[in-house]
Amino acid sequence: MDAIQLSSLDNVAVLVRRLPAGARVSLESGEVILDRDLGLGHKIACKPIAIGDKIMKYGVSIGSATQPIAPGQHVHLHNMQSDYLPTYTLDVDRLFRGVSTP
Amino acid sequence: MNCIRNDAFLRTDGRKGIRNTVAVVYLVECAHHVAREIQLPFREVGVHLLGFGGCYPNDYSFRMLTTLCTHPNVGGVLLVSLGCEGFNRAGLLDVIRRSGRPAELLVIQECGGTRTTIEQGRVRIGEILRQLETVPRAALTVEELVIGTICGGSDGTSGITANPAIGLAFDRLVAAGATCIFEETGELIGCEQILATRAATPPVAAQLVESVEKAARYYATLGHGSFAPGNADGGLTTQEEKSMGAFSKSGSAPITGLIKPGDVPAVSGLYLLDVVPDGEVRFGFPNVNDTAEIVELIACGSHVTLFSTGRGSVVGSAISPVVKICANPETFRNLAGDMDIDAGRVLEGRGSLPEVGDEIVALVQRVAAGVPTASEALGHQEFVLGYKSFEPVGPACHPVSTIHM
Repeated sequence: MDAIQLSSLDNVAVLVRRLPAGARVSLESGEVILDRDLGLGHKIACKPIAIGDKIMKYGVSIGSATQPIAPGQHVHLHNMQSDYLPTYTLDVDRLFRGVSTP
Repeated sequence: MNCIRNDAFLRTDGRKGIRNTVAVVYLVECAHHVAREIQLPFREVGVHLLGFGGCYPNDYSFRMLTTLCTHPNVGGVLLVSLGCEGFNRAGLLDVIRRSGRPAELLVIQECGGTRTTIEQGRVRIGEILRQLETVPRAALTVEELVIGTICGGSDGTSGITANPAIGLAFDRLVAAGATCIFEETGELIGCEQILATRAATPPVAAQLVESVEKAARYYATLGHGSFAPGNADGGLTTQEEKSMGAFSKSGSAPITGLIKPGDVPAVSGLYLLDVVPDGEVRFGFPNVNDTAEIVELIACGSHVTLFSTGRGSVVGSAISPVVKICANPETFRNLAGDMDIDAGRVLEGRGSLPEVGDEIVALVQRVAAGVPTASEALGHQEFVLGYKSFEPVGPACHPVSTIHM
């Protein structure tokens, strides 16, 4: 088992171990191929998701899609957002690149 | 699992401690160094440092220090004042002495300065420690135990391993008659309707929903939720996703009531601690970090705090031990020395959630019986207290016992 779908209502599954791009992941809805390296705890789509669709995890909405998302694609800040509050992130790589290579 | 130990520390209000700590308390940042120097030689023998940094008085911080200094895990107190700060030192000293605890006050400006206050303070601590040897002992049952829970450094594993395992442990503890407290209404944003279905009564349901709506308004004004960059690195994307994971710590028992910092539930059950201040946004973020939330859980009487972490927090706490429950198996391997329980093993097929839940209950009993947690053994004694403003909980709620002031 590489990913778990926490509720039958969900359109995302959670990776239970670190996996490289190209890895084949078996889901109840069929096999998908990862589009990037992903860490434990990250989400992938297990169904096709359209812009504006609710992202469902634990059987409830955790936000809305801002991009169309295909099964197997990473679901995160680049293609979904909160319906409540913006998410603040610190891009450490970019901060360090900004210092060392102007 | 009824009787936990026969030699718990009996206090005059009938509550029982699982530790017999001496608190050295600075009443303004200007007295912090002196208080820390007084405490330093006694750090390994159960003398903890806490305090309030602000110079200006605040009802919340006064109430917090009165409930913390009369917490059942605290046996005696030394207050350290500079002398010109606004904190009501005489009022605090009076409350602690009336609780039957040995308590002393040193005012640096009246003691001849730093060096002499440190010398006098260390003598007083020696005297208080000797008095603590004769504290009455009594049997402690699980019904008398108060257990708080918090998550910190959450990631995508928190909500599927450690948090639901804590929820299972809470279900067992509540069923056994203990008092369990979960918190951070800002981390329930998005769960308010599900939360309402768990309320013991309709008025409590309305209060729960209102408390989360207040948190949403508060955080919206600040423009920042209860969400740190590490949460996103760990796979969490939105506040409501983090909330659903956090909510699972509460288990499945009915929610008896809503409490605010410093309220000690008088009746056993499961409580939500509303940490978000009332009224307009005044003093900044509701809680500046995890420790501020742990301190509020302790002010509500928590003997032990169950701390779920995915990214890997290492904090402990002054006054009450913190049990570290690690959600992420990679983090557990990386920070094993800081963790008490490997909940993430569930993801690697090395156990089930009910097994981890049982392990948490068993560890709570051992810690209550005197066994140190990982953070306690490592000397962690984090403490922070800032400014806030609260209105008392409304009449629709349940009884809470308040410290007589």
